Amino acid sequence: MNQQNALAVTATLLIILWTSLGCSRQAEDTELVIMTHDSFDISQEIIAEFESTNDAKVVIQKAGDAGQALIRAILEKGNPSADLLYGVDNTYLGRALAENIFDPYKPQLLSKIPESLILDPTNHVTSIDYSYVTLNYDKEFLLKNGLLPPTTLEELTEDVWKGSVVVENPAVSSPGLAFLLATIAYFGEDDDYDYLDFWREMRSNNVLVKDGWSDAYYTDFSLYGGDRPLVVSYATSPAAEVFFSEVKLIEPPTGNVLIDKGSFLQIEGIGILKGANSTTLAKKFIDFALGVRFQEDFPAKMFVYPVNKDAKVPDFFKFAEVPTQPAYITPERINTHRDKWIESWTNTVIR
Amino acid sequence: MTARRLLMLGPILYLSAFFFYPLLTILARSLNTGDSLDITPFISILGDSYYLGRVWFTIWQATVSTVVTLLLGLPIAYIFARHEFRGKTILRAASTVPFIMPTIVVAMGFISLLGPQGALNSLLMDLFGFENPPIRISNTLTIIFMAHAFYNYAIVVRVVSAFWANLNPRLEETAAVLGASKLNTFITITLPLLFPSIISSAILAFTFSFTSFGVVLVLGGPQFATMEVATYELTAKLFRLELAGALAIIQLFFTYVFLLLYARAQDNIAVRSDLVPREFTRISKRSARQRVGLILTILMLITILSPLLILIERSLTSVNGYSLHHFRSLFVNADDSYFYLTPIAIITNSVRFAAMTTGIALLVGTSAAYLLAKSSNRSSWFQDAFYMMPLGVSAVVMGLGYLLAFNRPPVDLRGSWLILIIAHSLIAYPFVIRSVLPALRAVPTQLQESAAVLGASPTKTFIHIYLPILTPGLIVGATFAFAVSMGEFGASLLLVRPQFTTMPVAIFRLLGQPGASNFGQALAMSSLLMMIVAAGFIAIERLRYRNSGGF
Repeated sequence: MNQQNALAVTATLLIILWTSLGCSRQAEDTELVIMTHDSFDISQEIIAEFESTNDAKVVIQKAGDAGQALIRAILEKGNPSADLLYGVDNTYLGRALAENIFDPYKPQLLSKIPESLILDPTNHVTSIDYSYVTLNYDKEFLLKNGLLPPTTLEELTEDVWKGSVVVENPAVSSPGLAFLLATIAYFGEDDDYDYLDFWREMRSNNVLVKDGWSDAYYTDFSLYGGDRPLVVSYATSPAAEVFFSEVKLIEPPTGNVLIDKGSFLQIEGIGILKGANSTTLAKKFIDFALGVRFQEDFPAKMFVYPVNKDAKVPDFFKFAEVPTQPAYITPERINTHRDKWIESWTNTVIR
Repeated sequence: MTARRLLMLGPILYLSAFFFYPLLTILARSLNTGDSLDITPFISILGDSYYLGRVWFTIWQATVSTVVTLLLGLPIAYIFARHEFRGKTILRAASTVPFIMPTIVVAMGFISLLGPQGALNSLLMDLFGFENPPIRISNTLTIIFMAHAFYNYAIVVRVVSAFWANLNPRLEETAAVLGASKLNTFITITLPLLFPSIISSAILAFTFSFTSFGVVLVLGGPQFATMEVATYELTAKLFRLELAGALAIIQLFFTYVFLLLYARAQDNIAVRSDLVPREFTRISKRSARQRVGLILTILMLITILSPLLILIERSLTSVNGYSLHHFRSLFVNADDSYFYLTPIAIITNSVRFAAMTTGIALLVGTSAAYLLAKSSNRSSWFQDAFYMMPLGVSAVVMGLGYLLAFNRPPVDLRGSWLILIIAHSLIAYPFVIRSVLPALRAVPTQLQESAAVLGASPTKTFIHIYLPILTPGLIVGATFAFAVSMGEFGASLLLVRPQFTTMPVAIFRLLGQPGASNFGQALAMSSLLMMIVAAGFIAIERLRYRNSGGF
């Protein structure tokens, strides 16, 4: 028995090694591997179309959230497990460019992207979609308590909103970081009352910080059993609430808090990883992803807007009120200040 | 003794290839060591009051959590060990379900029950006319302790009751005849005899609370960050890999020290106990007091499970009352998503990975336990702690280690499901060691010697002497190996391709988007997970009856 036991262990190890031999990469340009984050979604039909047109197989590797996917790409620099990385946004573009993980490519449909949505003028990363991070409010909760949605961010530090707001931790969450950036654009960095003064007051007003969007939305937001009527989410979330409702709704149960510079424009892009196996296929995919077919498919799945100006959004997007004047900070400025901002925020709000 | 040597080589090879090699790869990369070790990151961590605070917090919250876990687990362990009652098998399977549930699901269960709009608060507000919800424990330390106990009490229940059931009650009976009170007998006789299994389970519960990640994040928030959470923050967004690496080493160091202290304590208190088949230990006639105790303990168990029960109820509730609507929606790919998998495919993935994990964990764990039981010298402490180390390592850092270590042909495991089995079995086999070792050490050496004298081969001795005695421990080990794999989330999310999506990952993805039907489907998938896991536990237990009599 002992002997068998030991042999079995050795055999298992050998089998593992042997099976793994089969996992080495395919020949060039027959297989396209796209690494992306968890929220990525697309129709079967669209991928099948790309596969048949190019006589290739598409493999999509999800690698955690956008930050985790990027750090994986950085660690794999020079020997990437994928050809494309989809999901680098303006909050992390600077890091990706500084690490030099992408090869530049100028797509044919570049002219279809409005100037304001161009993520990277050097074309290492091509914009594909965009969205707005903003506060959502629970309509019924506000109505019951005789409240109106706030019209300035300063209001959130007042007594009426004590213990009412849940935000995500900018140190780990994308919407959390985007909202922090919005407050930096809104309050400034070195005025008499800067963003840290705001967050200090938010802290004494019992702001709740959660690490992930799902935790905040599904356990602390009052719509799903929590006690916080205001949550940092996306401007399309109210439309998604209608789309995913159990009964047909004529209006969403949540709304967007519309404050100038109180929301943040997040642009997301795709890039070809240096050392990729299938670069020709990767270029074709970027062109494909900018095409109207692809651009009109993902909005109803990821609740983001297409960057191609010819692409139309689904009808139910009318339930998503578009923020009038979102905050914007250039990727370069974000890149040089991000760590400092996150650290100061952490010291002010958490420690 | 080639067999012995091979046996020894197995676990060590396994650990070197799949634990130390990836760990050292990522640490070398993150600490950026050229020729010499740069200790600056360690100095920055240990000189920063924030990180020191995290170290201290991690230790004391794990200690408190372990005490709460023991208090909750021991009474339940007792009834499963000594009482027979209808529904015991199902109840025992159900008692272990919390261990595998994704943290966000558990959080939703706690919120449904104890949250500001939860069942208990609504009831209290209706009964006593409170204006505001009287129970406010969301995002507090209390709820973190409760959740740690909720997750880990099953370890105590399983490990201790498996040992207790075979403990010869003769000594206790003798004490009673000699006039000792019940309490006295328990404290001076039963408890010392149970000690090896109690601290075996306590160290597992402690290590899990010590490296706690999801519970703290989802139920507490970043102000309650453990070392593991701080490591994650340093890695995921701040990209301070050198600090993350240093913190991971500090965490591993502390785990090793605790494991070492534990192994020493274990050695000092190990008693040769008298193990007999369960039929001899069972309480056949219950006194009135015992009956009340039994009922109260079962009620306590149901209370512990209530956050999950309430979620099952919600998963069966749709707009028009009770219905299977959410379950049915799981079977429909409403918007032709490329990533859609039927629940059957997802369940198959999970169960297949869990079965393979269980197999590997049993092999590696049993061989390691056998070696530990055989080595009587002091080096066994170090060995013991050494084998347990995978439990203490930062999962975030380890995940990156895998990507770096197995990234070139012929061994490019990135994207392969094998990487998942390896990661799961590393966390699973320590459970096999911990549940098998107390029984293995309790086997009197005379037994083996007598068998040898009477001419039995080592194989025969193993099958006829060891296997029956080890079966309860093996069952517990297999149960937790299966559970670890079914519930594992981080590695499954990061490392595998969409066609290998497991149940916890599917739940997480459903909760990645807003909307009532996503919420409902996530609850339906959670209910399925509970049922599949409970069924798996029962199936594992069934194996016992064919092989060995009363053990």
